[in-house]
Amino acid sequence: MLEALQIEITRGNRKLFGNLSLELKPGTLLLVTGSNGSGKTSLLRALCGLLSPSSGEIRWHGENIRVLREDYWKNLLYIGHNNALKGELTTSENLAALCALSGVTAIAAQRKSALAQFGLADREHAPAKSLSQGQQRRTALARLPLCAALPVWVLDEPFAALDSAAISNLQATVSQHLGDGGVAVMTTHQDVPIAAPAIIALNLDQRTH
Amino acid sequence: MGALLRAVIRRDLLLAWRRRSDVATVVLFFIIVVSLFPLGVGPEPDLLRKIAPGIIWVAALLACMLSLQHMFASDHADGALDQMLLAAAPLGMIVAARAFAHWLISGLPLVILSPILAIQFDLSPELSPVLTLSLLLGTPILTLIGAIGAALTLGLRGGGMLLALLVLPLYIPVLILGAGAVDAASAGLGADAHLLLLAAQLILTGTFAPWAVSAALRISAE
Repeated sequence: MLEALQIEITRGNRKLFGNLSLELKPGTLLLVTGSNGSGKTSLLRALCGLLSPSSGEIRWHGENIRVLREDYWKNLLYIGHNNALKGELTTSENLAALCALSGVTAIAAQRKSALAQFGLADREHAPAKSLSQGQQRRTALARLPLCAALPVWVLDEPFAALDSAAISNLQATVSQHLGDGGVAVMTTHQDVPIAAPAIIALNLDQRTH
Repeated sequence: MGALLRAVIRRDLLLAWRRRSDVATVVLFFIIVVSLFPLGVGPEPDLLRKIAPGIIWVAALLACMLSLQHMFASDHADGALDQMLLAAAPLGMIVAARAFAHWLISGLPLVILSPILAIQFDLSPELSPVLTLSLLLGTPILTLIGAIGAALTLGLRGGGMLLALLVLPLYIPVLILGAGAVDAASAGLGADAHLLLLAAQLILTGTFAPWAVSAALRISAE
């Protein structure tokens, strides 16, 4: 489905890694690890198409994502380390706006149940700025069940700031997505097992030259 | 795609409603700047009538500048901009929708207020609609050109000042045509030529500015 061919990523004058090739078949989880500054987020942003690799290309069903643009992005859900929440909007309004950008229409009842799934049952009308760090993260992650139809999930540090209940819920959500034939890419510092048909572990520390 | 763009506009209007004070700042700035001139220049009706279109236009221009910095800055800071860059619709369309929402919030109030403010300058009742019409055609151009500047200066330190230096020179043709329309009408020449040129400029910027903004936003994400 998604492949990276000989990609090299440079930030400024520093080459983060090069000659990286990957192929993500349906059901594959790509787990990216590495120390701070090793280029995990840059790799994720490149796989999304936010950042262009200095050489090589990333392909979706055999076509370069820089050419496909929206035709690739309508298959993609990216949750960065920023939650992209607007403090003045309620959690439910935030979810509606974010899902709409992905081309997904989520009605109020669906948003309510997605929030409830992430332990925010009674907070759907709370302004996002009134929530704690972990609750904001959970609000951002509540997009996952709503956007289950999008095959590619790219999650940057999804476990950061989460409590154990939310972590196990996220594990279940991601493995269900992989079981349904989606692919997922995530970075993590924690050792969190996720049941998946196939797992590719990529440690960027072993790739820097 | 229609649903997506409606959601984008809805989000921006809802945010503006929750941040009412930001909108009020721009409108109050416009009212105060325009009102300072009759006080400073003195009660001389002929002179005031003559300078009215220029003053109101310059004040509208500065008020537009004031609101521009907010256009993408907070979305850039909290990651919402990345989500727009990865949206299921062309970025140019999203930018156009956001520019429209921004104009509704910060441009349209100036247009609506202009006939009331023109009374301070004793602008004749026949000229007042010309002024309003010129602002109605001109303020969206200001928003669209300003959006290019806001996108280019995104994430830069001291971006606000740079934005002004970048965008104000590009506002000159709009200012000349807009204020000129009222002058031409008062001289009995008819404002049609000026207004048509403004309309042409609006179509031109409306077509090309969203794509220029998209390119600038993509660069800012790299």
